[in-house]
Amino acid sequence: MTVFEFTILVWIGSAVAGLLGALTGLGGGVVLVPLLTLFFKVDIRYAIGASLVGVIATSSGAAAAYVKEGISNIRVGMFLEIATTLGALTGAFLAARVSTAAIAVTFGAVLLGSAVLAARPRVKTTSDAIPDPLATRLRLNGSFPTPEGIRHYFLRRVPAGFSLMFGAGALSGLLGIGSGAVKVLAMDQAMRTPFKVSTTTSNFMIGVTAAASAGVYLGRGYIDPGLSMPVMLGVLVGSLAGTRILVEVETRWLRLIFSAVILLLGAQMIYNGLAGKI
Amino acid sequence: MKMIRLPLWSDREVEDLVGNLLRAGVILSAAVVLTGAVVYLARHGTQAADYRVFHGERGELRTIRGVLHAALSFQGRGIIQLGLLLLIATPVARVALSIVGFAAERDRMYVGFASLVLIILLYSLFGTS
Repeated sequence: MTVFEFTILVWIGSAVAGLLGALTGLGGGVVLVPLLTLFFKVDIRYAIGASLVGVIATSSGAAAAYVKEGISNIRVGMFLEIATTLGALTGAFLAARVSTAAIAVTFGAVLLGSAVLAARPRVKTTSDAIPDPLATRLRLNGSFPTPEGIRHYFLRRVPAGFSLMFGAGALSGLLGIGSGAVKVLAMDQAMRTPFKVSTTTSNFMIGVTAAASAGVYLGRGYIDPGLSMPVMLGVLVGSLAGTRILVEVETRWLRLIFSAVILLLGAQMIYNGLAGKI
Repeated sequence: MKMIRLPLWSDREVEDLVGNLLRAGVILSAAVVLTGAVVYLARHGTQAADYRVFHGERGELRTIRGVLHAALSFQGRGIIQLGLLLLIATPVARVALSIVGFAAERDRMYVGFASLVLIILLYSLFGTS
């Protein structure tokens, strides 16, 4: 395959990944690395570097659109970014210590977990009426406008959320993904952030988290311009298109199909990792 | 009663600024990457693509100084890498801007938190290569 053909094919694949990622809310990162390693036979280290770049592009592109709507909580985001960036650095350093086979198996396990999480409809969390002292001290409580008026929300279990965010960052740094699913989980389930706020705040944080490990990856030579170029441009176009049509399509079936795809990719990653093919 | 508006930024204004910064960063980096892509594909498009074996990026494209040098000497891969650096720098700039925003709101605690995040990011970019 020539560089030109390779670039075009990777661009198309990344655009589809970005589109599906945006439509399903799972992000394109989870399918980029399997796509590159399983179908394009790219070494997983290059794949992770390129995927990180794609993740930053998606996050910044989408956050630019979301921030204007004013439903992300910048204080929650900034506070939790302390955990995610520390985690991302840890993950990126860990990536150099463990074998590519181990990374592939971990990746597969994360894919299986994401598939299960994605297939399950998200539980609408109810916000407590009693403010948590720690969340209050950290000024994490907020409000957002609804048709019925301003709605106030109070966060809880801050230490649990903070710890989960460290884990999300570590996975992001180790695997080159956004870990949006874990971030939303931490905010939804642990901290009881309202649905609208957790989605946008998580997206907001993903870029910063990925930037923390991207620096390490760049210095280690994992970010190849020839590979990252079509990935970045493809994911950007796909995810922007996805956020545009997000409101118009029924995403329930799409989520199920995407979950099935992720499940298969996860199994394939684990098999290839164990068979020593990655 | 009319409120006297203090010359401080509101959350809303900071968020608008952040949104514009992110958009500008993404557009700029995409444009630079695209420029590099044209140069790279024009020169190397017909060569064989092979990413099966990992040998790491060559030393020059691993450091900020090296990337700048390669881009200024109009190498396609160097220009792409510069665009990718700009992309990586966008969230970093966002955090830096947040520090200014929190300072304008006189929120010392969050100036501290944002500074901590910025230090971690700068360490990753400059301290590890």
